[in-house]
Amino acid sequence: MIELTNISKTYRMGQVEVRALRDVSLHIGPSEMVAVMGPSGSGKSTLMNLLGFLDQPTTGTYTLNGTDVSRLKGDRLAQIRNREVGFVFQGFNLLPRQTALQNVELPLIYGGTDRRRERALQALEAVGLADRAHHRPNELSGGQQQRVAIARSLVNDPSIILADEPTGNLDSRSGEEVMAIFQRLNREQGITLAIVTHDPDIAAHTKRVIRLRDGRIESDEPVPSPVQADEVLAGMPVPEVWA
Amino acid sequence: MKLWESVRMALGALGANKVRSSLTMLGIIIGVTAVISLISIGRGAQGAISSEIEGLGSNLIYITPGSTSQGGVRTASGSALTLTMTDAVALEDPLNAPSLSGVAPEVSRSGQAVAQGNNTNARIIGVTADYERVRNLDVAGGEFITPEHVEAGAAVVVLGSQSATDLFGDADPLGQTVYVNRVAFQVVGVLESKGGSSFTSPDEGFYVPITTAQSRLPGSQFYRGSRTVSSIAVQVKDPSLVDQAQEEIRQTLRRLHRLTEEDDFSLQSQQDFLSAISQVTTIMTLFLAAIAAISLLVGGIGIMNIMLVSITERTREIGIRKAVGARERDILFQFLVEAMFLSLVGGVVGILLGAGIAGIISGIDLGGSRLQSSVELDVAALAVAFSAGVGLFFGVYPAWRAARLNPIDALRSE
Repeated sequence: MIELTNISKTYRMGQVEVRALRDVSLHIGPSEMVAVMGPSGSGKSTLMNLLGFLDQPTTGTYTLNGTDVSRLKGDRLAQIRNREVGFVFQGFNLLPRQTALQNVELPLIYGGTDRRRERALQALEAVGLADRAHHRPNELSGGQQQRVAIARSLVNDPSIILADEPTGNLDSRSGEEVMAIFQRLNREQGITLAIVTHDPDIAAHTKRVIRLRDGRIESDEPVPSPVQADEVLAGMPVPEVWA
Repeated sequence: MKLWESVRMALGALGANKVRSSLTMLGIIIGVTAVISLISIGRGAQGAISSEIEGLGSNLIYITPGSTSQGGVRTASGSALTLTMTDAVALEDPLNAPSLSGVAPEVSRSGQAVAQGNNTNARIIGVTADYERVRNLDVAGGEFITPEHVEAGAAVVVLGSQSATDLFGDADPLGQTVYVNRVAFQVVGVLESKGGSSFTSPDEGFYVPITTAQSRLPGSQFYRGSRTVSSIAVQVKDPSLVDQAQEEIRQTLRRLHRLTEEDDFSLQSQQDFLSAISQVTTIMTLFLAAIAAISLLVGGIGIMNIMLVSITERTREIGIRKAVGARERDILFQFLVEAMFLSLVGGVVGILLGAGIAGIISGIDLGGSRLQSSVELDVAALAVAFSAGVGLFFGVYPAWRAARLNPIDALRSE
């Protein structure tokens, strides 16, 4: 499904050339759930930007569903982002003046899709927030905001959802809930997920961990028995404020 | 993405910053209001002046005495009395001047008019019967000076409406006696009010037969054996014949005056006045409008400024939109619509305000005449087009900057 072959990415920062990725090859199949780990400067973010079509590789080829997409530019990239990728960010990145429903509808507006309201509501239902559809982000908790962001990422039925430190701004219970949703989407709907994280506990929820160092893949190993977020949640005390 | 989606997004963004949006709009509102009201008032003034001049009679050519040269001494233009009754009679002859449909010589004098204990400073005009038609006068009561009055040198007077009021108040002046320089004149007619505030307003005239003015009032002179007149107004058959008529008059008078060199008279047509005055008022209007347009330009720069600030503030929003699939043109359009909305709504509000100001101005009574200023469609359309143009011109650059933002950098911004 996703096939990166000999991908390199070089930035110029003033006089200095930064080789953020060096000759990376990677295959991510359908229904995978991958964690991308590595220290700062290892090239994680660059890899995510390339995977999410926010950036283009300097060399190498990127094949998505059998099509070479590594040389696409501008508006074509925007269309592919719209149809094939969902983003979940550490800082949620919801539009503050819009309701949850309007935020989820946003990719559908740019995709020119019809039955927008219905589909956005379905996506909100999938993350358990149908009853909060008309709340604005500042009326929602951090965990709820991140769930709205997840609904937005999956509303267009993308090939892959890319999550960049999705639990970084959340307390451990909310983080666990987010991971539970990811696991359920992956298990029940076969959605492909790539999660960038520092946190080994989060990585332990995935099926495969790719470690980057200095722009190269250091290791790429399956997780023998992923942590099940539902089970962790069951063992956690329910905080009174959310009861 | 559809147009109305862009409009909806733009409205949402503008609504979130109401104070800022209204202040930005205010720049355009003031500019358009100034343009609209100044152009309307300018046109109103032009119309008022034109109609006042036209009210004095249509298709007129005024013949006034020019300077004379006698033995190398030149007198000032208008000071010599070179026009005579003979000239007027000659111009009435269709063989001399076939393009003319009326000739009205006049003799003006000033003096003191007294009636029933009231007295006023009178402008006495000696006229022939044709004067009524040529100068476009209407009699409200009684009759105008008749050919018989002129023939007989009768001591009769026709009063302008203001003169009648000055001397007789509300009483009927017909048949009463007015003493002008101790000569008794019988009032035979009163004119309709013509309005107009100019010093030549017929409302303030005392019209007497030209022969009477020449024989009974002081100041009469002879020139080449004929009584002089102050000026001759002639009416041309058709506006298109004005140039031809001027040529006929010139030739006739030069022949009569036996001129070999310069004319000793001058000709001015009503159209000369009109076009000179409308040229002046048009220049004034354009000048004022250009000043007003500068404020519109400043308003446009205000829009650009605010759009640039707004884009800096909303960099992250732009990043989010791009991440979920907004194309460059979607972002460009969204911000362009915001700028256009500000300038267009500002333009419409400005037109309404400008029309209001023009309406207030035209309600002010300026000594009998009013500026009939109204906002005409072409001016309103021009203002809307101009403010939309301002929005487009000053909105494109910020919108383009927004559209070109790199989504990775935009998402990283705080």
